Amino acid sequence: MGMIEVEDLRRTFAVRTRQGRLRRTRREVVAVDGVTFGIEPGEVVGFIGPNGAGKSTTVKMLTGILVPTAGRLQVAGMDPSRRRTELARRIGVVFGQRSGLWWDLPLRDSFGLLARIYRVPPQRYRTNLAAYVDLLDLGPLLDVPVRQLSLGQRMRGDIAAALLHDPEVVYLDEPTIGLDIISKARLRDFLRQLNTERGTTILLTTHDLVDIEQVSRRVLVIDAGRLVFDGPLGGLQRVGGATRTVVVDLERSAGPVEVSGATVTRVDGPRQWLSFPAGASAAPIVSALAAAYDVVDLSIQEPAIEDVIRQLYARK
Amino acid sequence: MAESVRAFWVIAGAWVRASLSYRVSFVTLAISSALITVLDFVAVLVMFGNVDRLGGFSLGEVALLYGLSGFALGVADLLVGNTELLGRRIRDGSFDAMLVRPVAPLVQVAADQFALRRFGRIAQSGAVLGWALVSVGIEWTPLRVLVLATTLVSGSVIFAAVFVLGSAFQVVSGDASEASNAFTYGGNTLTQYPLTIYPSQVAKGVTFVLPLAFVNWYPALYLLGREDPLGLPGWLRFASPVAALLAAVVAGLAWRAAVRRYRSTGS
Repeated sequence: MGMIEVEDLRRTFAVRTRQGRLRRTRREVVAVDGVTFGIEPGEVVGFIGPNGAGKSTTVKMLTGILVPTAGRLQVAGMDPSRRRTELARRIGVVFGQRSGLWWDLPLRDSFGLLARIYRVPPQRYRTNLAAYVDLLDLGPLLDVPVRQLSLGQRMRGDIAAALLHDPEVVYLDEPTIGLDIISKARLRDFLRQLNTERGTTILLTTHDLVDIEQVSRRVLVIDAGRLVFDGPLGGLQRVGGATRTVVVDLERSAGPVEVSGATVTRVDGPRQWLSFPAGASAAPIVSALAAAYDVVDLSIQEPAIEDVIRQLYARK
Repeated sequence: MAESVRAFWVIAGAWVRASLSYRVSFVTLAISSALITVLDFVAVLVMFGNVDRLGGFSLGEVALLYGLSGFALGVADLLVGNTELLGRRIRDGSFDAMLVRPVAPLVQVAADQFALRRFGRIAQSGAVLGWALVSVGIEWTPLRVLVLATTLVSGSVIFAAVFVLGSAFQVVSGDASEASNAFTYGGNTLTQYPLTIYPSQVAKGVTFVLPLAFVNWYPALYLLGREDPLGLPGWLRFASPVAALLAAVVAGLAWRAAVRRYRSTGS
């Protein structure tokens, strides 16, 4: 059985807008509209989509914070909103923009308090704390009240806090937002390690596609409340109608080359750019080129994922 | 239940330790809140400097009403009086974090930023109550002792239920702490005085709608051995535990329904 099973999930919000002095109109806004997916134990899944697409609403339903309007939802075999408190022991949640830590307490006290709330055995708590302090470099921060931490420091503290009780599933909502490049890289390393060493299932919401590229194998794309893609990152390029480019340097300047399966998009002296569908293999194009022309050098450019996703959004 | 009580003290304890580490502000806050509650009763004393009786009740009898109501509000406030804080938690999204912890959110809200100064009101009204019980000369019987004890518990439960109802309203509406304060602190101010000084609709309202009269008025009539000046049925003076139970059930259901209707904030 899957760790997370979502079937035809739907959530609407009633929005009241004032019209004139007294009249108010009530309007249904569909935040999540018939989403279906499953996540197996130990999977790392990236969850992406533009602002307001329904990512956070979906994660809030998965944690039990929001009750679905319709559809079926199971996490670790439980209905999250009905058994929210029970499920809480088995999941970890990191909300990127807000802290799950106690603002006025030093980090160490927040951790200690969480350990007691979650009833983490003392031995286990010491081992976990030591491991996370080391991996997330929290040593110098332990005695600082949370409100005095920088965004990146607080995020690291929040991540440790969400993992103290060894959750089976971890939801991370924009964990790299506002972090510098080095902190981002360290955080990604940490997440990979968490997944491989402890087998933790991770659902990662993000705007930063590098997060997805480096941490997860599978990606879910949501737009306007609907799941528009579910599969490996590479497959996203095929669906998005993206193209790859062969950049070839000929021995001397020439007119546009002619190769089946690719079209020349640009010529600059001896250098030419040929574009072909991202899903197709580059090998026949390369060998055709080499057979028919005097090739000095050749390279293949992958499409930027940002562009792929932009095309995907634009397509519907 | 036992788990909730344990969690309450775990969280409250952390806050108390944190507040003790800022010793100066702890002491000044304790002194200022004690002063404010003492001044509150001084207002009643000043009134009796001008009149002998208020709505047919002597100073000692009014002090009994004051003490019972203040004590009940104090206990309720100590346990679930965190209404304003809840509004802030909802607005800044930290209520979401409470919902994903393995402890009932109401317990977490109650223990949030727990401060020892919340004992101030209980101490002050306890003192007024003690003085009143001595000065009005009650003929003590086992039943009167029992009524006094159950009244303190029932009254606390009733005020706590009103606080929880207010919290439930906030969870649904996103914010409105003032609305519930009107019923709790406002209700306390109302019931500090004999109901005879108000129009009769007020007495009916706090009996049948928002059962604040069961916090002190009806049991006090029994303790003092007085007839009900408003002529309502005599059994009402023993009905406080029933009123408390009903209020607790209504508040509990409202809270559960509210959490299920919680909409969270954007992003």
